[in-house]
Amino acid sequence: MISFRDVTKVFGSGTGAVCAVDSVTLDIQRGEIFSVIGYSGAGKSTLVRLVNALETVTSGQVVVDGQDITALGESELRQVRAGIGMVFQQFNLMKSRTVASNVAYPLKVARWSKERRKERVAELLEFVGLADKARAYPSQLSGGQKQRVGIARALATQPAILLADEATSALDPDTTQDVLALLKRVNQELGVTIVVITHEMDVVRSIADRVAVMEAGRVIEHGPVYDVFAAPRERATQRFISTTLRDRPSPDALERLRHRHPGRMITVAVRENDGRGVDVTAALREHGVAGSIVFGGITEIDERPFGSLTIEVDGDQAAVDALIADLRRSTDVQDLGTREQPLGDDPLASAHVGAARDVGAGGGP
Amino acid sequence: MNRDWSTLTPILLESIRETLYMVSLTLLVGGFLGLVLGVLLYATRKGNLLENAFVFAILNVAVNIVRPIPFIIFITAVGPLTLATIGTTIGNDAVIFAMSIMATFVTARIVEQNLVATDPGVIEAARAMGASRFRIILTVLIPEALAPLILGYTFLLIGIIDMSALAGYVGGGGLGDFAIVYGYQRFNWQVTFVTVLVIIVIVQLAQMLGNWLARKALHR
Repeated sequence: MISFRDVTKVFGSGTGAVCAVDSVTLDIQRGEIFSVIGYSGAGKSTLVRLVNALETVTSGQVVVDGQDITALGESELRQVRAGIGMVFQQFNLMKSRTVASNVAYPLKVARWSKERRKERVAELLEFVGLADKARAYPSQLSGGQKQRVGIARALATQPAILLADEATSALDPDTTQDVLALLKRVNQELGVTIVVITHEMDVVRSIADRVAVMEAGRVIEHGPVYDVFAAPRERATQRFISTTLRDRPSPDALERLRHRHPGRMITVAVRENDGRGVDVTAALREHGVAGSIVFGGITEIDERPFGSLTIEVDGDQAAVDALIADLRRSTDVQDLGTREQPLGDDPLASAHVGAARDVGAGGGP
Repeated sequence: MNRDWSTLTPILLESIRETLYMVSLTLLVGGFLGLVLGVLLYATRKGNLLENAFVFAILNVAVNIVRPIPFIIFITAVGPLTLATIGTTIGNDAVIFAMSIMATFVTARIVEQNLVATDPGVIEAARAMGASRFRIILTVLIPEALAPLILGYTFLLIGIIDMSALAGYVGGGGLGDFAIVYGYQRFNWQVTFVTVLVIIVIVQLAQMLGNWLARKALHR
């Protein structure tokens, strides 16, 4: 649906040149929710603006729905833009127009007749649940309502693609969930391909099918959300994951845990493998090892369980070693050692910097 | 004194009419041309819709050259142009011509400054919807900046009233001329005082109207 082929975007020239997007090759499939995550300045907003040519590439190609848009002139680009909806962090509603007039604006641009406009606006406001606000001005709406209007406006001309640039970043957590649910509905009921730009891993976890992680203009990692969460290869990815899943103890938290629990601790990843979960308690029983859960968290990603449990194990060394070997056959196990002989300066563990949370099994953050 | 006012009142009323005529015509012509110039000034600026460094530099310099010229000098400096365009350098119409040119450049700056404050995100949203640049200027940029523009034009209107006071120097009429000829030159402070009062009333009414319209345009 959208293909980036070795796309580079440079702003400015000479010594002041900034490479916002650096040799990105990426394919976004029809009908999916694709998320691009990165810190501010990573180039994700520029990347998404290349899709509707609000920015033009320095080199490379952007192909949208089979059409190489990098080869088009301004008037043809206007046609392409009209077929791609966009929602913004700051909503970007026209304050001088009513809600209905804002939603009607793209229809006017697309030369819809007055009767069809009226009908479509009513339909859209119904869809986003703001039918009663048609005559209100944006200043009379809450943030969540404004973004609903923004989404209605972006969907007005029945685009096949919706670009969401930090669409929830200016909203409170509850409203964020509402807007994400609406985007999910747009994807499922209307079949719209959605590209979500965000710096919040929670957003990715909530709605995305696939994710690309950007850093310094490059896509450093991409794939299905579950796979990226389960096996993050890059440090930046690990840091993002740690912001949403605080399931592994941070170095500080680990030190506090060691103070309270002098025995040997292990962190067992809880994932879905071939449809089966990891039965930790059965393994403990089998090897005659006592265990108490001291840290952890399990949540759901892509409707599959995901997280980890940190357990203080108590038993003779051979039995514990056998237990670890056994568990490792079905999942990742990290041996943290004991207070006297600490292990676990493994980068993966230290990368998971999060608030300390004692026993927190069973709930997401 | 009473005898004075029985003859002065008709002249005062005629002066008010002349001032309103000069001011409204200048506001119309200079205000419109200034809007066009101001939009161009804004839009050709780096990073904006019609980015064009050359056009921007020329317009910017032109505005900077014309604006600081004191109007009493400007009115004579454009004399040849006035003569070529309307056939005379004296009288109300000659004054209106000079005022319109000055008002155009003053308005251009006022309009530009108010447009700069519009949210670039809204412009970007309109671009993302496939709107042409011309359409964006007319249907997004100006409507979004309407409230401050109205206040800017109110400010302009008062500037024009100020300029019109100098009409007498080139054979024009209006309240300024009335105050000079019947007040200052005849040592009749009462006339000057009354004229000032009338001007204050006109300015106040204009400001109130401007504020009211701007509030209507704000939608808050």
